[in-house]
Amino acid sequence: MISIDKVSKWYGDFQVLTDCTTQVQKGEVVVVCGPSGSGKSTLIKCINALEPFQKGDIAVDGVSLANPKTDLPKLRARVGMVFQHFELFPHLSIIDNLTIAPVKVLGRDKTEAVAKGHQLLERVGLKDHASKHPGQLSGGQQQRVAIARALAMDPIVMLFDEPTSALDPEMVNEVLDVMVQLAQEGMTMMCVTHEMGFARKVASRVIFMDQGKIIEDCAKESFFGDTTARSERAQQFLAKILQH
Amino acid sequence: MDYNWDWGVFFRETTFEPGEIYLDWFIYGLGWTIAIALVGWAIALLLGSLLGVLRTVPNRWLSGIATVYVEIFRNVPLLVQLFIWYFLIPDLLPEPLQQWYKLDLSPAASAYLSVVICLGLFTAARVCELVRTGIQALPKGQSSTALALGFRLPQIYRQVLLPQAFRIIIPPLTSEFLNIFKNSSVASLIGLMELLAQTRQTAEFTANLFEAFILTTLIYFSLNMSLMLLMRYVEKKVAVPGLIAMGGK
Ligand SMILES: Nc1ncnc2c1ncn2[C@@H]1O[C@H](COP(=O)(O)OP(=O)(O)OP(=O)(O)O)[C@@H](O)[C@H]1O
Ligand SMILES: [Mg+2]
Repeated sequence: MISIDKVSKWYGDFQVLTDCTTQVQKGEVVVVCGPSGSGKSTLIKCINALEPFQKGDIAVDGVSLANPKTDLPKLRARVGMVFQHFELFPHLSIIDNLTIAPVKVLGRDKTEAVAKGHQLLERVGLKDHASKHPGQLSGGQQQRVAIARALAMDPIVMLFDEPTSALDPEMVNEVLDVMVQLAQEGMTMMCVTHEMGFARKVASRVIFMDQGKIIEDCAKESFFGDTTARSERAQQFLAKILQH
Repeated sequence: MDYNWDWGVFFRETTFEPGEIYLDWFIYGLGWTIAIALVGWAIALLLGSLLGVLRTVPNRWLSGIATVYVEIFRNVPLLVQLFIWYFLIPDLLPEPLQQWYKLDLSPAASAYLSVVICLGLFTAARVCELVRTGIQALPKGQSSTALALGFRLPQIYRQVLLPQAFRIIIPPLTSEFLNIFKNSSVASLIGLMELLAQTRQTAEFTANLFEAFILTTLIYFSLNMSLMLLMRYVEKKVAVPGLIAMGGK
């Protein structure tokens, strides 16, 4: 589904990503973790071409991003993305947030889009909030709307960039529950997150990044089970985040 | 000071036309003032928004053009610009257009055209800066999200950035809107009989200078006050629920 092949990226002289290579198969849930500044966000943004990269290639569903002929907006419309800070459109009601892209980007019929929007809101447990505006919802609710908004486009894969790290602790679970449900329904997902409980529950694989490199890329069982086989950096990191 | 106050002057017949009173002059004048300001504002709003967008697009050439425009129109005095539009530009037009401007149009119409273009383009530079500030005040994540959803650049501006930017800039935009009404008085200097010109004419013909100017002051003042209230209403009307930063409660 996603194939990342020797991707390198620089900001000026500073190399953010170095020879990153990995794949995400259809139906897989891949969790990406690593210390702050290790390039996790950058990598995930490269996948739907929100950030350009200078070397290597990424293919999403067989479509190469390095190919200058690729219609990037069309590709992005098929890749769902959820950001740390929700980024709902504050001037639109919740239901309009869910329908604007299907209608304006995919050219879907407005009434169909609205019906689908209501279904998705029900699925994330917010069906009574359709006519509110984002500013009237809590962080956890906004993030669930953001997930529903991405799902409204019927994405072939969902990317998450620390979807719970801007939330108050008591709201983390309501968002994780939605993500777990999504994973169990077979959605292909790539999630940057430090929620190791989530990783244990649904991840197929865990990727550990440090200083722009993919250091570990292994099945969940070996990542958590066989820690002695892990690199020193990964062990230190795990020790830190598993303490709490 | 020896001065004969006479508030009845406005209801006296003018020496020009039987049945016409001086108050009528003020009404015609106000009509011109409004016609200048509204059409000028339409130009300013359209062109200014376009330029404001160009200043923020990721293309050096386009944003460069908009920057040059702003610097020129903001830094040359309005009156100088008006004289250029009225006295100089017509001579530079191709022959048929020159003919039309100088001969076919009535003197009032050609003055009107010049002043509307002048005020429209001048105010556009100021609107441009407001629109740019409004767009740049939005979190960067808004355009990333829109991109991630598959929107193309024009749609991002149309659907996501501009609706938010305009809400933010309603207060300063209101003051530009009022400014164009006030600035429309420069038209009196090229012979267009808008409110100020009518006031001076009344003062000359009746010698009731004070009454004439007091009336005009009151007209400008109440016009601007009502426009301000109108814009407050608009601001409330488009306020986003749950967002204090955008004027909502
Ligand atoms: N626009 C930019 N210009 C220059 N450097 C940048 C830019 N964006 C990110 N960086 C740098 O690139 C590195 C990787 O950033 P990135 O946001 O991908 O890290 P991250 O792993 O997501 O970290 P975090 O856990 O804090 O979100 C960091 O050192 C950051 O300072
Ligand atoms: Mg990050």
